[in-house]
Amino acid sequence: MTFTIPIDNGDALKNAEADSQRTLYPYVTGTSIVAIKYKDGVLMASDMGGSYGSTLRYKNIERVKAIGKHSLLGASGEISDFQEILRYLDELVLNDNMWDDGNSLGPKEVHNYLTRVMYNRRNKFNPLWNTLVLGGVKNGESYLGMVSMIGVSFEDNHVATGFGNHLARPILRDEWRADLSFEDGVKLLEKCMRVLLYRDRSAINKLQIAKITEEGVTVSQPYSLKTFWEFQAFHNPTAGAQGSW
Amino acid sequence: VKPNSNRIDPPGSFKISDNFRSYSGLRRKKNPILRSLGEKESKQQSKKMSSIGTGYDLSVTTFSPDGRVFQIEYAAKAVDNSGTVVGIKCKDGIVMGVEKLIASKMMLPGSNRRIHSVHRHAGMAVAGLAADGRQIVARAKSEARSYESVYGDAVPVKELSERVASYVHLCTLYWWLRPFGCGVILGGYDKDGPQLYMIEPSGISYRYFGAAIGKGKQAAKTEIEKLKLSEMTCKEGVIEVAKIIYKLHDEAKDKAFELEMSWICEESKREHQKVPDDLLEEAKTAAKTALEEMDAD
Repeated sequence: MTFTIPIDNGDALKNAEADSQRTLYPYVTGTSIVAIKYKDGVLMASDMGGSYGSTLRYKNIERVKAIGKHSLLGASGEISDFQEILRYLDELVLNDNMWDDGNSLGPKEVHNYLTRVMYNRRNKFNPLWNTLVLGGVKNGESYLGMVSMIGVSFEDNHVATGFGNHLARPILRDEWRADLSFEDGVKLLEKCMRVLLYRDRSAINKLQIAKITEEGVTVSQPYSLKTFWEFQAFHNPTAGAQGSW
Repeated sequence: VKPNSNRIDPPGSFKISDNFRSYSGLRRKKNPILRSLGEKESKQQSKKMSSIGTGYDLSVTTFSPDGRVFQIEYAAKAVDNSGTVVGIKCKDGIVMGVEKLIASKMMLPGSNRRIHSVHRHAGMAVAGLAADGRQIVARAKSEARSYESVYGDAVPVKELSERVASYVHLCTLYWWLRPFGCGVILGGYDKDGPQLYMIEPSGISYRYFGAAIGKGKQAAKTEIEKLKLSEMTCKEGVIEVAKIIYKLHDEAKDKAFELEMSWICEESKREHQKVPDDLLEEAKTAAKTALEEMDAD
């Protein structure tokens, strides 16, 4: 019941004051998320790093969170925008729960809500700088979808964000099957995450894999992957190098 | 012009001149028949007759000469005419129950909820005008949400009850707003444990360990006082509340009713929710058996 008087500061997009209120660049970012549908539901993997530009500043950020009873949300991109999205979703889930009528929001509904939010922010030239992965299971049906910061959204059997699109998805296109067991699914995700660890400069060796099935959500404890650096070429890296002095 | 036959000054109240003209300008006619009946009989004839503020009750911004605001008292009467609402604080949580009087057989059971969740950890049971109650619940939800958004933690039940009470009180301060015609029992579980508050249409809010509003509130309060609440668990509390509501439901005056119950306890993970169906059925059967035993005596 409050009345606000609209303030006309000229062209809301062009003047300097308006700029400081829009997202222009991301500051603390998370790198890729890789997710696949498997036999019983959805598996999602992410590392726990938050980069501040080129510095790997934060090493304990959980980028995959449970939403309500039926969904998992993973985000790459600006961490503060991800936290804001979690706040919106928390309010959404709370209002849903307060009806207390036996219904609850499924992954498809949450995905649609997120698409609307992201697209509308993009239209105001004030995006939430994230690529979101939404996976879940409701009434036996698995769902996996993605929304980008410009509002592009789609569903697929396997999705990845950021570098994962270039490094992980080719692996998934070759090796993904609809009837993957839990162990095979985790092995496949670990294969993708290992490649990302080797090749993505903003990935750290501390990852979490989250699983969602009809029973509920489980997020694993953080763990590290074994890596191999004993290649001949790494033993004496400067052997064949031509120096300038 | 119909004579204002249901207006009789109770003994002891300030008597204004019989020539007093009301705002509408009409002459109030004395009805000699009713006056001769005396106070008691007239009370029996019409429920709504305990005290009428002749002329001082037309606006909520008018005090009567003996310091009462009659509009607020009339609002409380709206609450007294609705189905009973009972709330108790048990050892490990809160239990609330509502005697939902069914207006028509066509109504779907389980609809027209009278107990609403206000946040994860708090719920409100409403008695009185249902539409007014919805407004209070909406305001409480909004206050709880805004507290969490600003302070990052679930709103303490005391704080929430104070905010709701001051909102209800607000509507008793202006002539262009009418008071809410509903009372609310607010139960919640926070860091200080389970708490039960009652907010009346006047805007008063007190903390209780057992509270009742509505038609059967006197009988309910007597029953609650018999219970040993500090030793009772919520599971036992659910059965006791069901028994109380079944006991004070007047079969003669109101035909059918539906029992709606909710709780917040360790078993519900400190979240406000409807009492699970199996426990509710158990409570209903226990209550009906208790009634039959009483009737058999």
